Amino acid sequence: MATADDLKFQANPDATTISIDEPVEIPKNQHSRLQEPGREEDDELLGTDDSDKTELLAGQKKSAPFWTFEYYQTFFDVDTYQVLDRIKGSVFPVPGKNFVRLYIRSNPDLYGPFWICATLVFTIAVSGNLSNFFIHLGKPTYHYVPEFRKVSIAATTIYAYAWLVPLALWGFLMWRNSKVMNIVSYSFLEIVCVYGYSLFIYIPTAILWIIPQKVVRWVLVVFSLCLSGSVLVMTFWPAVRDDNRRIAVATVATILLLHALLAVGCLAYFFDAPELDLPAPIIPTHNGTTVVTKSQ
Amino acid sequence: MESRKAWEMTGKFPGLADVSISQDIPVEGEITVPVGSHSPDEDFSTLDEPVKDTIMRDLKAVGKKFVHVMYPKKSSALLRDWDLWGPLVLCVSLALMLQGGSADSKDDGGPQFAEVFVIIWFGAVVITLNSKLLGGTISFFQSLCVLGYCVMPLTVAMLVCRLVLLAGAGTVSFIIRLIVVGAMFGWSTLASTAFLADSQPPNRKALVVYPIFLFYFVISWMILTFTPQ
Repeated sequence: MATADDLKFQANPDATTISIDEPVEIPKNQHSRLQEPGREEDDELLGTDDSDKTELLAGQKKSAPFWTFEYYQTFFDVDTYQVLDRIKGSVFPVPGKNFVRLYIRSNPDLYGPFWICATLVFTIAVSGNLSNFFIHLGKPTYHYVPEFRKVSIAATTIYAYAWLVPLALWGFLMWRNSKVMNIVSYSFLEIVCVYGYSLFIYIPTAILWIIPQKVVRWVLVVFSLCLSGSVLVMTFWPAVRDDNRRIAVATVATILLLHALLAVGCLAYFFDAPELDLPAPIIPTHNGTTVVTKSQ
Repeated sequence: MESRKAWEMTGKFPGLADVSISQDIPVEGEITVPVGSHSPDEDFSTLDEPVKDTIMRDLKAVGKKFVHVMYPKKSSALLRDWDLWGPLVLCVSLALMLQGGSADSKDDGGPQFAEVFVIIWFGAVVITLNSKLLGGTISFFQSLCVLGYCVMPLTVAMLVCRLVLLAGAGTVSFIIRLIVVGAMFGWSTLASTAFLADSQPPNRKALVVYPIFLFYFVISWMILTFTPQ
């Protein structure tokens, strides 16, 4: 039985449109609301509520099937201020605050990890090239080369670190979770997010590595390692502390070791050793050119 | 109007008396949707025209887009009538001009032809995917078209660099090249941002513009570090 409404095809001014993607806004509200003080001791308890809520919300949010474009759009559901907040949180870690709980809030994004890694790749390659240029500048036998091959090596290393290590860590945490009931557990994307954002501090570090002083470079390594390592430790310690004490410590130590390995490896491979702090004897040769002996 | 009344009448719905339309309006008319104005191509077949006309038409379209990149302001030519000929020509010429760099060993030299190609096309695809994933309304090929055409200032910069390097490779030439490449890099980024930024949601503009900045920065770096043998 058709009513008059069926025949109307003009826009009904009384009609309202209902969009079904309201739950997406809930994580954002949580983000602004839950900055209360004294959360440190409640972290454990809040972890329970949060993990229930986050799983519920995650299920509500990512409801599109994985072969549609909308599914992947849910991983890019961040605004500029959110990305900047997350970067800030990774550079200035607050003791006791969990990066994932505070900033990710069940809205892990892939924008940050992907583009921070891309920036880091090119920053390391360019800075390494520049630093080598400045170090070898005065020498007569030096001919500048762009060393473009190192870009692909840097890309492979950094993307492998930012994606395979979280995969391994996630698998390990899932395995331990099946044996010991942990209160806090992270999804794979949240771990990728933490690792991606924790790499941000290496971008200014890589730029400052151009300074050809060994002391400066190592101070920078230690400083950035402390900052990003602390973000990782504060994120993953609550996830393993209920486990066997030795396994928990070993896990956190491995995380830090791999992080340090990345930093030191990049410094050693892309940046030639500076020679300015090693005074070398100058031996004048018979045809007048000066040969400087140096140690590599 | 007639088509609307015809639509209402042909439904054969009871309760039509509730509708305040008299029933002795003649039921006739067609339900046709007026098609938008045809482009001149569809008025006659392009199969019979001389080949020179076909080529000249495409060349003119490409040339018009180059002009739009040089003076970037909102224009639908670049966006609506996208084509990828211009980006292909620019990419190939840039990659060719980046050849012939010096290298002590194969591993230390500048980018190979295939590497330049891959960086430009793969980079443009990734940026387009990024902007679409962030909620942009631009279509895939339109974005590729804009990013490809905006490589033109950097191709011009490469040409200028090679000419300057013919004159010499000292500090002065480096400073000239730095200024030229820097200016063209800024021009490319501003041109592509002018075309692409409007199709993004307003609170994510910076998230979309930054990868474009990185893309043109990498190309500028490849141009600036080119050293001839």
